[in-house]
Amino acid sequence: MEEKKKLIDENGLRTDGRRWDELRPIKIEVGMLQNADGSAYIEFGKNKIMAAVYGPKEMHPKHMLLADRAVLKCRYHMAPFSVDQRKNPAPSRREIEISMVIREALQPAVILEDYPRTAIQIYVEVLQSDGGSRVAGITAASLALADAGINMRDLVVGCAVGKVDGKVVLDLNDTEDKEGSGDMPYAFMPNLNQITLLQLDGMFTPDEFKQALEMANQGARKVYELQREALLRKYFAGASVETTTEEVGE
Amino acid sequence: MPQKSYVVEALRKAQLLELLSKGTRLDGRALDQVRNLEIQTGLIEKANGSAMVSLGKTQVIAGVMIDKGTPFPDTPDKGLLIVGAEVLPMAASYVEAGPPDEKAIELARVVDRGVRESEMIDVSSLVIKEGKFVYAVFVDVNVLNVDGNLFDATNYAVVSALLTANMPEFVLEGDAVKNTGRKMPVPVSKIPVSLTMASINGMLVADPTAEEEGVMDARITLTTVDDGNICAGQKGEPGSLTQEQILTAADWAISRGKEIRAKIKEATHRA
Repeated sequence: MEEKKKLIDENGLRTDGRRWDELRPIKIEVGMLQNADGSAYIEFGKNKIMAAVYGPKEMHPKHMLLADRAVLKCRYHMAPFSVDQRKNPAPSRREIEISMVIREALQPAVILEDYPRTAIQIYVEVLQSDGGSRVAGITAASLALADAGINMRDLVVGCAVGKVDGKVVLDLNDTEDKEGSGDMPYAFMPNLNQITLLQLDGMFTPDEFKQALEMANQGARKVYELQREALLRKYFAGASVETTTEEVGE
Repeated sequence: MPQKSYVVEALRKAQLLELLSKGTRLDGRALDQVRNLEIQTGLIEKANGSAMVSLGKTQVIAGVMIDKGTPFPDTPDKGLLIVGAEVLPMAASYVEAGPPDEKAIELARVVDRGVRESEMIDVSSLVIKEGKFVYAVFVDVNVLNVDGNLFDATNYAVVSALLTANMPEFVLEGDAVKNTGRKMPVPVSKIPVSLTMASINGMLVADPTAEEEGVMDARITLTTVDDGNICAGQKGEPGSLTQEQILTAADWAISRGKEIRAKIKEATHRA
């Protein structure tokens, strides 16, 4: 990947005015959908993502059911209008891979053994995409699972780290994702301190890799505060109120 | 994936864990030791390059086909490099013929990511006429026998096939592209080498066999280049890893990767 434009200016500000360790504005709401057993909506920068959960429900096809636990299914999908050029609505190879890594990122948190012979279906629909849609999708989907009342060991929260202008920075936006020289999506269970998603492309020295892991962890912890608040707001405040990044102390 | 027998799985896992706690494995390897690697190149004459790789009992074959193509609209100044992988129905009893499933798609995409991000091939030198004609490099991998760690076997095969590939020379004649009939080497520089590790009950093992994969909780693949930098990564399977495990994985990927790179260089006469 080549870098054409300068992505960090002389004042250390990025294309959207953020510093290297700042997250984009985040808004999370739980329980937006009526029919789904659980749902959550997240705005993460320009990402607008709806997540929904159905289940535990009957497993189809029946021969795929597991006698001692539930089967977790996940569909990550991008709306045709979510990107600059219309996206073919048929699932792409990228979407199939992301559906799988999201499922594998959430599964360690779900106590599947509590629901034998059933299926739990997760839907992640990207209504508008910016950089980091898979990790924002995981953050929302984990809330949707909790909202559906599924037994969980922890929430899962995601955040990406990347490399622009030779520097490791937190939470890439679309421009940085496309023009930067590296991207590392990351998700973890904040209370168990276990990493459940890690992907990497681009070039990182061993030191940068270590730094990126640490930075992703710190960033995801900030997102976790908002995620937790969103859940508490639905179940303990009654009304649906918005949270923004401003409410979290930097 | 194979249908698991929970009884056998439990028994095997118990044995495997006992060995792991003593720092060894069912096949006697050390935790960070990879299986015997054999690379044979140039066995498909019709392909521009090819390599057969055996990693323990896992066996894959990669073929490179290079032709002229049209560039993607968003990268008019770059040639095409496309890596595909298929697990053949002959490779294991559980594999069914049909369109690639999510595991096969992940395999192809993770290997593709390693080769692409390493900038092993300078795609900007693969342009015949910007926006119209470029070289299209297709690397297809067929998995012939499955015994775990398809990611690394596929990576080694793709890289070895590319290192030994020749490509036709195309020149522009007016508005058309002509094949001069001459052959030239593919412009390769770095050699991306992946190392896949499985986490079993919190213990990391490199180059897992099918049996070890059967009981693993999580998997991590890290691809490194010649200078020890990391250019691609993928955590897999529905389990989790600690930050400490990931840092160990990076150390192993760099040190074992160096040894494997030397083997690949030797097999492809680049040593």
